[in-house]
Amino acid sequence: MWYYIARRILYAIPILLGVNILTFVLFFVVNTPDEIASIHLGSKHVTKQQIADWKQAHGYALPLFYNAEKSSITQTIFWQKSIKLFLFDFGVADNGRDISQAITERYAPSLAIAIPALVFGLLINIIVAMGMAFFRGTYLDAWGVVLCVILMSISMLFYIVGGQFLVARILKWVPVSGYADGMIGIKFIILPVMVSVIGGIGSGARWYRSFFLEEINKDYVRTARAKGLSEASILFKHVLRNALIPILTGVVVLLPLLFMGSLLTESFFAIPGLGSYTIDAIRSQDFAIVRAMVFLGSILYILGLLLTDITYIMADPRIELN
Amino acid sequence: MVVVLRFISMLVVLLVLCGCDNHASNDPYPNQPASGNILYSAFSEQPKNLDPVVSYSANEWALISQIYEPLLEYHYLKRPYQLQALIATQLPQVTYNAKTDISTYLINIKPGIFYQPHPALAVDTATGKYLFHELTLQQALAIRTLKDFKHAGTREVTAADFVYQIKRIADPRLNSPIFGFMANYIVGLADLNKQLATSLELRNIEFAGARVIDNYTFEINIIGKYPQFIYWLAMPFFSPIPWEATKFYNQAGLEEHNITLDWYPIGTGPYYLTENNPDRRMVMLRNPNYHPDYYPSEGEPDDLANGLLDLAGKKLPFIDKIIFSLEKENISYWDKFLQGYYDTSGISSDNFNSAINSGNQGGLELTKPLLDKKIRLEVSNMPSIFYWAFNMLDETVGGYSEQKQKLRKAISLAFDVTEYIAIFTNGRGTIANSPIPPEIFGYQAPDNHETSEQLQLAKTILAEAGYPEGKDPTTGQALQINFDAITSGDPDEKSRLAWTRKQLAKLGIELVIRATDYNRFMEKTSAGNAQMFAWGWNADYPDPENFLFMFYGPNGKAKFGGENAANYANSKFDELFVKIKTMQNSPQRLALIQQMLAILNKDTPWIWGYHPQSFVLYNTWHSKTKPSGVANNTLKYAKLDPDLRAKLRILWNKPLLWPLVILAGLLILIIAPAIIGYKRSENTIGKRTK
Repeated sequence: MWYYIARRILYAIPILLGVNILTFVLFFVVNTPDEIASIHLGSKHVTKQQIADWKQAHGYALPLFYNAEKSSITQTIFWQKSIKLFLFDFGVADNGRDISQAITERYAPSLAIAIPALVFGLLINIIVAMGMAFFRGTYLDAWGVVLCVILMSISMLFYIVGGQFLVARILKWVPVSGYADGMIGIKFIILPVMVSVIGGIGSGARWYRSFFLEEINKDYVRTARAKGLSEASILFKHVLRNALIPILTGVVVLLPLLFMGSLLTESFFAIPGLGSYTIDAIRSQDFAIVRAMVFLGSILYILGLLLTDITYIMADPRIELN
Repeated sequence: MVVVLRFISMLVVLLVLCGCDNHASNDPYPNQPASGNILYSAFSEQPKNLDPVVSYSANEWALISQIYEPLLEYHYLKRPYQLQALIATQLPQVTYNAKTDISTYLINIKPGIFYQPHPALAVDTATGKYLFHELTLQQALAIRTLKDFKHAGTREVTAADFVYQIKRIADPRLNSPIFGFMANYIVGLADLNKQLATSLELRNIEFAGARVIDNYTFEINIIGKYPQFIYWLAMPFFSPIPWEATKFYNQAGLEEHNITLDWYPIGTGPYYLTENNPDRRMVMLRNPNYHPDYYPSEGEPDDLANGLLDLAGKKLPFIDKIIFSLEKENISYWDKFLQGYYDTSGISSDNFNSAINSGNQGGLELTKPLLDKKIRLEVSNMPSIFYWAFNMLDETVGGYSEQKQKLRKAISLAFDVTEYIAIFTNGRGTIANSPIPPEIFGYQAPDNHETSEQLQLAKTILAEAGYPEGKDPTTGQALQINFDAITSGDPDEKSRLAWTRKQLAKLGIELVIRATDYNRFMEKTSAGNAQMFAWGWNADYPDPENFLFMFYGPNGKAKFGGENAANYANSKFDELFVKIKTMQNSPQRLALIQQMLAILNKDTPWIWGYHPQSFVLYNTWHSKTKPSGVANNTLKYAKLDPDLRAKLRILWNKPLLWPLVILAGLLILIIAPAIIGYKRSENTIGKRTK
């Protein structure tokens, strides 16, 4: 297994390099350094000299990939800005702020929303899916599936705005938006977590229902029934345990990405997490932040896939990594 | 079922707990005292830079104008806008030397103006040395925020601090946005910029543009005559900065934790920044060292009747603390304003209909829910213009022949700007009749014309221009004009472009929309490749020169990189512009401005669009205010009734708990049949099947 992990880590290097080059090229196809400078300096009274000064001050005065003057690839924007990411040196944003510090400060609010949303979402989805599986073929199951399809057809934006309108504006239970550290901050995360959970029930429960139904029709379930076990005992002791393997592997791949936060939820609820950090950077065309977040996202995704493979072994001893 | 009931009761307890201590359960400020003398405001875009020499955007000025104080300020109540001394003792005395072609601004500052408490100014009383100017790297790296410094000090502002700040405009490391512009006016600023490229020393460097005369007097030397320079002295660019700030912030290790001057200002204003977290909130406290400053005792004739002089002569500021929270979405901001958690609010297009009704006589009035809450509306004119422009270098729509003038005039007449204002701005604007907005010298009120008459006239003029019914004589087809539009993702964008196309279609002209992003748009206008486009201008200062300079030939965007995006050039206009630029407001200046506007109306490089209006709502506990389109330091005049606010917040935000009972009932309704069904199936005796 260790050999497998080492090999996967080595595979990650060219993948990350590719992601880096792609992000870099895409970003600079849209924006030249001159344009980035113009955006940051504003549209009033800006001279060419100021644009040149800004580029010099922010490291955008170099060639993109190859410095012909110095016959060097290190004296280029790509090397200076993108290759350093492999040393986890995220550098500073175009507004001069340290990106590593921003990530350190922002991952906690992202997790404060993402972890409860994941845990409650998982629990509720499993309960609803098991209920539908238990009453399979009945009107409860049929209406449950219809409800799930309706829920998954509604945009997340609707849940957010609707949740804010109903729970915060009409019922006045919790604040419309905001964030605070510590226990006092609980009331700020109730609504975003609730919205994330409800928004995910449709697709989650329907998906998990298919896992349960697949298990329920297997021979061991028939055997258990033949032995006289109650339906609840079959579901909780046998079906749930076996259906959890695909559920958990699906969840494990998401775990590292929880750090990255949710773009929409954080933006609407004014949560100062990494999701809103990324979307703000895209809006303000801050390449330094965008490349750092894309790089971090890629690493976490690769890590998620690796964790999934390892989880498979732990969940099912018959699987061997080689 | 027991679990469900437990969950519901837990939720009720949580809501009740959240709602205790005079805070409603939806109060977004649980850590603040309910009756605190605190103003709650918001920002939607994070400020990037709070250094007064760099900051040049409205959202940043809304913050730093409460912290930094320039030499002059605008009178709070008087209109048209009037400058008055703030840190200066009086308006600068200007002398012009014809021999050297230099204007000298002699400025005296008030003694006894002190900086806010700041660690950069903390001094060891025994040795007289600065406490935090020689930090080791280890000490500096251990500091996470400015609050980690245990001591803070202050000192009196001197003339040298202003000279130091003017030198900072030239510092190439700071990239001041006004450097390029100011280098045309301030003597030696361009040379200083070159010198500073190789030298770090700013304090003692010789500079002819600004000189200290004594502790409270200095002079600024301007090339030629530029009377509008006085308006720049009311902007944060010309606020004092102590040399100690640079020395302090330049220490290695502090920048790693964002401890920089562009993050933690050091000013003399009514407030100072105590928390800078643009991801969440910015907090300002009343500056304990603020100099005596009083609410004005005179204003315009209506001000007394409107209650704007009720606080006359009272010491400023009135509010102890200001909290700006990050609020990116209009919906959240609006909801919180209605719940009493923001003291003021603008009105976005989404909320317009729930805030404003068209009154009986075409006027605007607040809707009943807002009137019930005694919310007030203040409307003010912005010193701005939104316009459509022709590129005068273009072969089809540009040029100065009679035929081209008529083509542009015909198009201009076909644009129904009144309709545009009604549809796209909810009526929040006044039709422009020239580039100069209301409340600024030289403004011309629009003439009332029937739209149908204008359209008929436009068709006649278009035929005279050689395009009868909009047909291009060379092709026999409809004349095609390209319109370069910035795509912003605004939901109204498509409708706006369709509307623009419709205006030209009235004349039989086909408008081809070339949608582009902001960068490409800038590229096209800079290269002079756009044919027709829409743009806007927000004034730097309330003088007609700041609008008319957008037609001055040497400011052409394509040739000279200036702000004249239409690339308009008319020698007569340029000649008049040079004259009015150096004149004080007078009947003679007005006559010349009117001549210039007549030239513009004949050449029609722009289609005059509209001057936007600002609509601001105030909750009842907020004092009456006079909105200003140019002054940003107005929070010091605001007063609150925090006790009334605390009472109304509780009254307006009583949580509705009965839906929880319905929710519990619904859950029981769903779960009960499931339990019954389960028990029934478990108790059913299996049937043998053959």
